[in-house]
Amino acid sequence: MGHTLVEKIIAGNVGKEVFPGDIVTVNVDNVMLDDIMMPFIVSKFKEMGFTKVWDPDKVVIICDHLVPASQVDDIRAYKTSCSFADEQGITNLHKSDGICHQLMTEAGYVKPGHVVFGTDSHTTTYGCVGAFSTGIGYTEMAGILGTGQLWIRVPATIKVVINGTLPENVMAKDVILKVIGDLGAAGATYKSLEFTGDTIEKMSISSRMSMSNMAIEAGAKCGLFAPDEKTAEYCRVKLDEFQKGLKGDEDAVYEQVLEYRAEDFVPVCAVPSNVDNVQPISKLGEVKVDQVFLGSCTNGRLEDLMAAAEILKGKKIAPFVRFIVTPASRKVYLEALKNGTIDILLNAGADITHPSCGLCCGRTGGILTDGEVVVATNNRNFLGRMGTNKVKIYLASPKTAAASALAGKITEA
Amino acid sequence: MGMTLAEKIIARAAKQETVRANDICTVELDLLMSNDGTTHITVDKYNKLKHPRIADVSKLVWIIDHNLPSDSVKTADSHKKMRDFAKEHGITFYEGEGVCHQVMMEHHVRPGQLIFGADSHTCAYGALGAFGTGVGNTDYLYAMVTGTSWVLVPETLRFNLTGKLPDGVYARDLILTIIGQIGANGANYKAMEFGGEGLKTIDMAGRISICNLCVEAGAKTALMEADEVALEYLREHGREPVECFRPDADAVYAKVYDIDLSKIRLIVAKPHFVDNVVPAEEALGIHIDEAFLGSCNNGRIEDLRIGAELIKGRKVHPDVRFLVVPASRSVYEQAVKEGLMEIFMEAGAIICNPNCSVCWGACQGVIGEGETLISTGTRNFKGRCGHRESFVYLGSAATVTASAIAGEITTADRIG
Amino acid sequence: MEQFKGKVWLMGDDIDTDIILPTEYLVFNTIDEMKPYAFSPLRDDIAKELQPGDIIVAGNNFGCGSSREQAPEVVKALGVSCIIAKSFARIFFRNAINNGLLLIENADLADDVKEGDEITVSSGRIEYNGKVYKTASLPENLLEILDAGGLVKAMRKRNGLED
Repeated sequence: MGHTLVEKIIAGNVGKEVFPGDIVTVNVDNVMLDDIMMPFIVSKFKEMGFTKVWDPDKVVIICDHLVPASQVDDIRAYKTSCSFADEQGITNLHKSDGICHQLMTEAGYVKPGHVVFGTDSHTTTYGCVGAFSTGIGYTEMAGILGTGQLWIRVPATIKVVINGTLPENVMAKDVILKVIGDLGAAGATYKSLEFTGDTIEKMSISSRMSMSNMAIEAGAKCGLFAPDEKTAEYCRVKLDEFQKGLKGDEDAVYEQVLEYRAEDFVPVCAVPSNVDNVQPISKLGEVKVDQVFLGSCTNGRLEDLMAAAEILKGKKIAPFVRFIVTPASRKVYLEALKNGTIDILLNAGADITHPSCGLCCGRTGGILTDGEVVVATNNRNFLGRMGTNKVKIYLASPKTAAASALAGKITEA
Repeated sequence: MGMTLAEKIIARAAKQETVRANDICTVELDLLMSNDGTTHITVDKYNKLKHPRIADVSKLVWIIDHNLPSDSVKTADSHKKMRDFAKEHGITFYEGEGVCHQVMMEHHVRPGQLIFGADSHTCAYGALGAFGTGVGNTDYLYAMVTGTSWVLVPETLRFNLTGKLPDGVYARDLILTIIGQIGANGANYKAMEFGGEGLKTIDMAGRISICNLCVEAGAKTALMEADEVALEYLREHGREPVECFRPDADAVYAKVYDIDLSKIRLIVAKPHFVDNVVPAEEALGIHIDEAFLGSCNNGRIEDLRIGAELIKGRKVHPDVRFLVVPASRSVYEQAVKEGLMEIFMEAGAIICNPNCSVCWGACQGVIGEGETLISTGTRNFKGRCGHRESFVYLGSAATVTASAIAGEITTADRIG
Repeated sequence: MEQFKGKVWLMGDDIDTDIILPTEYLVFNTIDEMKPYAFSPLRDDIAKELQPGDIIVAGNNFGCGSSREQAPEVVKALGVSCIIAKSFARIFFRNAINNGLLLIENADLADDVKEGDEITVSSGRIEYNGKVYKTASLPENLLEILDAGGLVKAMRKRNGLED
C-alpha cells in the first residue's frame, strides 16, 4: 500500500513505515522560536530543569513580532531572545531581518523532508518546500529544546488537486481561501493537506508558501507540496533520493480528495470575522475601505509586492485611505528596492514599514477602530485582531488589495 | 529705531507700521498647523463650542505623523476623529507624507508668514524666514475659529555667524553648542535670530535643523533671513515668498552673540537635558542599545547621505538597533533614488516609514528599561523615548551613525 | 477521574485564540495580568464573573488560530475546570493538555445546555438535566502528561527533579 506525502516524511524521520493514527516520536530537524514567546519558552525550559539546548545549531530565534518595539515592554522579549541565544551558543538569531516563517525557508534553515516545529501557528508554511512543520505551544517547545524530540500523531491526509491555468486576476491566496471556505475552519483539523496538480506544479515557491501558510486556517496540522526542481533551487540543495521520493503515491490512502479546475477560481475574500467565510469579490456589493495592508508571512514577498506595484504604477491611492506595506523580510525589501517596486509603491502613497509581522499580529503597524474596514493580505480576520471587535477585516490577495487601495472600496483587479 | 526680523513679521501680521518687543499685538495668522499629537483634543473642544466655525479653512494644515502606522485603538480613535473632521471641513490633510515640520517646509511655509503650530518645534519655519511658533490646543482653537490671535512681541537674541564649520562638524553640533551656552531657558519668550556671513555657508537642511532646535533653549521662535539659499529652496518647491524681511541695521537686540563657526566642535547632549552638552570626546565609549537617524531635526536627505556614506560597506554593530527614518515621503523617495536605502538595509538598519518614531517615543523603536539611545531627535528628556529608566544622548547624523557602527558612542573620524 | 460539578458558560463555534486572549495582552509578564482580558472581544463579563470550577461548553473548533499558549493558560488560571466542545483546534488541544487543562469532546451537549446551568462530569460521561452524554477517553500518552500535572512536571520528573 502506498503512502501520502506526510507519511513519507515522518517515516523518513523515524526510520519505519507509519500510518495515520500512529503515535510516534520524531527527531526534530529545526525549531523556530519567535520573540513574543521567548520569555515563556525560556522560563518553562528552566522550570523543566534543563540547562543546555539539545543542539544549538538546530535552534533558530527570530525577533519579528515586536520589532521595532512599539511599547517599552516589547524590549523584554527582544532582550530575552538575545540573552538566551548568547547563553546557549545559538548563532541563528535574527534581530530585525523579517518575519520568522519567511526567514526559515529564505535563509535556508528548512530543507525538503525536514521535521520542524515552531512556536507560531503559521509554522505550517514550510510545507511549501516539502517539510513537515507545525505550530506548538511554548511548553512543548521548551521540551524539544531539552530533548530534541516530540511525539506526534501521524495525520490522515486530505488531497487537494488543482489542474489548469488560473485567471490573470487570481492569485494563490484566492485559491487557498476558496479551499478553506470549502473545507471550513475546522475541516482539516488534525489532518495534513497535500496540494497537487499541474496548477500547483506551475506555481512559484512564493505562491505555494501563501497556501501552506494558511493550511492552519482550515485547522490542518500541515500543508504540503512535493519538492521539485523549483524547491531544490529555492532551498539551494540537490534533491537526494529520499527527497525525490517525497510525493503522494498513486495508491496512497486519502481521507478526502478535493478536485478543482484552475479556470473556475475567481478573486475572493474572507469576510469578517472568519477565515472560512469566503465570498467572491464580485458578490460583495460596495464595501468602502479605510485601510489596506499588504504584507505578512502569507503575502509579503517580492511576488506579492510586484503584483501590487503593477496595478499601482503611476497612480495614487484613494484619498483618506491608508496603504501599509510591510515586506516579509530584509531580502524581500532589498530585492523590491533594486527592481523599482519600492519606488512605485512609495509614489502611489504607501507607508512602507520595516519588515516584521506588523499589523498582522495586531500589536502595531496600523491598528484600527470601531467601524473601520481593512483589506488585508494576511492570514486571519478574527474579531479584535487588528483593533476593536468592531473593525471589519477582509482577507484578500495582493492584487485585490492594491486594486482596493486605488478605488477606496473592495475591488477585484 | 529699527526692527528685528521677528518684529517685522509681527508688524505685518498685525497690520501695523512698527511693533516693539514686549508689545502685545493682535495678529492675523497665515497658517495653522496641527498634528495627531493633539488635534483630537482640539476637535473635541471645537465640537463643544456654542458657535463653531472655521475662519479660513485654507489656512489649516493637519498632519498625521506622530503615531504612524497606528499603534493602538486609542491612536486609531484619535486619528479617525482628525481624519473625519478634516474630510468634513475640507482641511488640507496629510497622512504618511512625513514629519509635520518637514511637510510644512516642503509644501507650505513662505518667507514673511506668521504660523502657529500645535507643536513646539514649529520654530523650524524660521529657516525660510517665517515666524513659526508652537502653541497649545486652546490657542490653536482660538486662532482656527477667529483667524487671529494675540502675541507678545518677543525680544530677540541675535547670533552673528562668521567663518565656516570645519569638515565633519554639522549645523546640529552648532545649535547644540549654542543651547549649551545659553541654557535650556536661555531664550525663554525670545526670538533667536541668525545672520551674518557664516550663515551663507549653511545649507537649508542645516538651517532647518538649527531653527527647529531653538525651542530647546526656550525660544518662542527662530528666524533667518530668506536669502538666496532659502529662495532657491522655495523655487525648487514651487512657491513664492510673501515678503523677504531683513532686520534693520539699528534693530534693538536683547543680546548679540558672535559665533565663529570654525571653532565649533563635535557635540553630544547627555541625559536628560538638551543643554547638558559636552564635547563628543567626553562621551566616547558609552555603550548604546539603539541609534536613531531621523526626525524633523535630522531626517532630511542631507542627513541620510551623511549616514549612508559612513555606513556603506560596513555593518550595524550586532548589539545595536539602528533606526533610519526619513523625515518625509519625498526624502524617502530621493534616498531610494540615490541608493541610500540599499546601503542602510544591507548594513542591517531598520528602515521605517516617515514618522516621528522614537523621537516622540511611541509607535516604532521605543527603548526599554536601562537602555541607551543615541539620537538625532529633538529631545533627550527622561523617559521621552521609552522606559522612564532609559538614557538618551543627542548627536549629529554622523555621530549617531558612527556610534551605530561601533556599538558605543564615537565620532565619524574614529571609525576606521 | 473524580466526578465533579460545575456551572456552564456557553459559547459558539470557532472561539479563536484572539478571542480567548487578544495579542495586545500577550506582552504582560504574567498570566495573572492577562486574566482580566480573557474573552474580552466576545464578552466583558466572562473574565469578571467566572468562578473557579466553572465549565466552558462550546461548539466546533474551540481554540483555533494562534499557537499562543497563554490562551489555555489563562483559561486554566481563571479556574475553569474543563472545556467541553464539539471539537478543538489541534494546537490548542496540545497546549491545554500540556498545561493540565482538561478538554472533553462531545457533539451534543452544546446544543442542549443552557448557560448558567450545572452539569456533572465524570470519566466517560457528562450528566445534564437527567440526560447522559458519553465522552471518549484520551490516548494514553496524553493521560500520562495530564496525570503528571502537565508537561513541565513530566519533564522535571524526567530530569530527576521530581518523583
